[in-house]
Amino acid sequence: MKTLKILVGVAFVIAVSAFAIDKVSSPKIDGGYTIGDTATDFKLKNIDGSLVSLADYKEAKGFIVIFTCNHCPYSVAYEDRIIELDKKFKTQGYPVIAINPNNPKAYPDDSFDNMKIRAKEKGFTFPYLFDDGQKIYPQYGATKTPHVYVLEKTSNGNIVKYIGAIDNNYKDAGAANEKYVEDAVSALLKGEKVPVEITKAIGCSIKA
Amino acid sequence: MSRLILYFGLAVFFTNCKGEQKMALDATDVFKSNGIEIPVYDFESLEPLLKINDGKTRVINFWATWCKPCVAELPYFELINSRYPDNEVEVILVSLDLPKHVETKLIPFVKKQKIQSRIVLLDDPDSNSWIPKVDESWSGSIPATIIYKGNTSKFYEKSFTYDELEKELKKML
Repeated sequence: MKTLKILVGVAFVIAVSAFAIDKVSSPKIDGGYTIGDTATDFKLKNIDGSLVSLADYKEAKGFIVIFTCNHCPYSVAYEDRIIELDKKFKTQGYPVIAINPNNPKAYPDDSFDNMKIRAKEKGFTFPYLFDDGQKIYPQYGATKTPHVYVLEKTSNGNIVKYIGAIDNNYKDAGAANEKYVEDAVSALLKGEKVPVEITKAIGCSIKA
Repeated sequence: MSRLILYFGLAVFFTNCKGEQKMALDATDVFKSNGIEIPVYDFESLEPLLKINDGKTRVINFWATWCKPCVAELPYFELINSRYPDNEVEVILVSLDLPKHVETKLIPFVKKQKIQSRIVLLDDPDSNSWIPKVDESWSGSIPATIIYKGNTSKFYEKSFTYDELEKELKKML
């Protein structure tokens, strides 16, 4: 009887899969920037009390703008990798600029004071800015943390060249075999086209 | 490891406490603690759950214990689950908690909140490959919900109130 149940079960699963229709995927982002758009500059408060703008970085060739925060386990899982990105690319002209887009009223862990604490604990090597009043992230179209925008500085402003995830394994940096942000910046430094321009990832919703 | 072998590749119908038939998929693992069992899937093994064609309407909610708006709307999904007959509507809560948090956060949460809906864990780190298969428009933020029946499906990347959720469900009954 048990064997029969298993057989019926297996048959049903096969039948169900046979009817499954795969959707054709075509990346689409509602609102916010897409590849080729000019990204807005900002003047946001850094954890050291200074105000930071992209325009302050006269020598930069571009930026790795990362919307991230303290409370989100996916952001936390990527902290070490964000530090590595900054260490690797800051000297080559692509510094990391981290922005916390969350409203601390919704997430007390993401308050300005807690940002300072977290940055100190982890030894952040990059500015960690507070999107006070939540005005910048909607212009970029960031929906979650972490959410990365790689910008290339040109005479026409900072152009969006990559949007999405840092790599393809949030659990284990060692197991990630697609390093989207690294590949994007490396390509830009060589004057080449970014190989993968848009990716999607699970993250913590910014709008609370 | 023996647990893994036991569940891997095993697809059976089993009867739950309400006497309804449920389809079990090929879970890659099962977490058991405090009398609560949560099967773990990668996307490939979870996908059949999004495409069952048996006349029942399914409400699939992607959530996690760390996601505040998800936790806030969970009671509405529970209410739908209890108010609609099991042979018409099934609510499935797909948790995106990290596997290392299942025993410390997810299971205690499920126990404390006395969650009755079916809960599964989706553990598939290559999210860029499977997010578009759930829905092309999904950016990957949660909460996100699918309501489907047969080949008709609707996707929502938003939070619900109870009334909104029930209104959307009724369109799909």
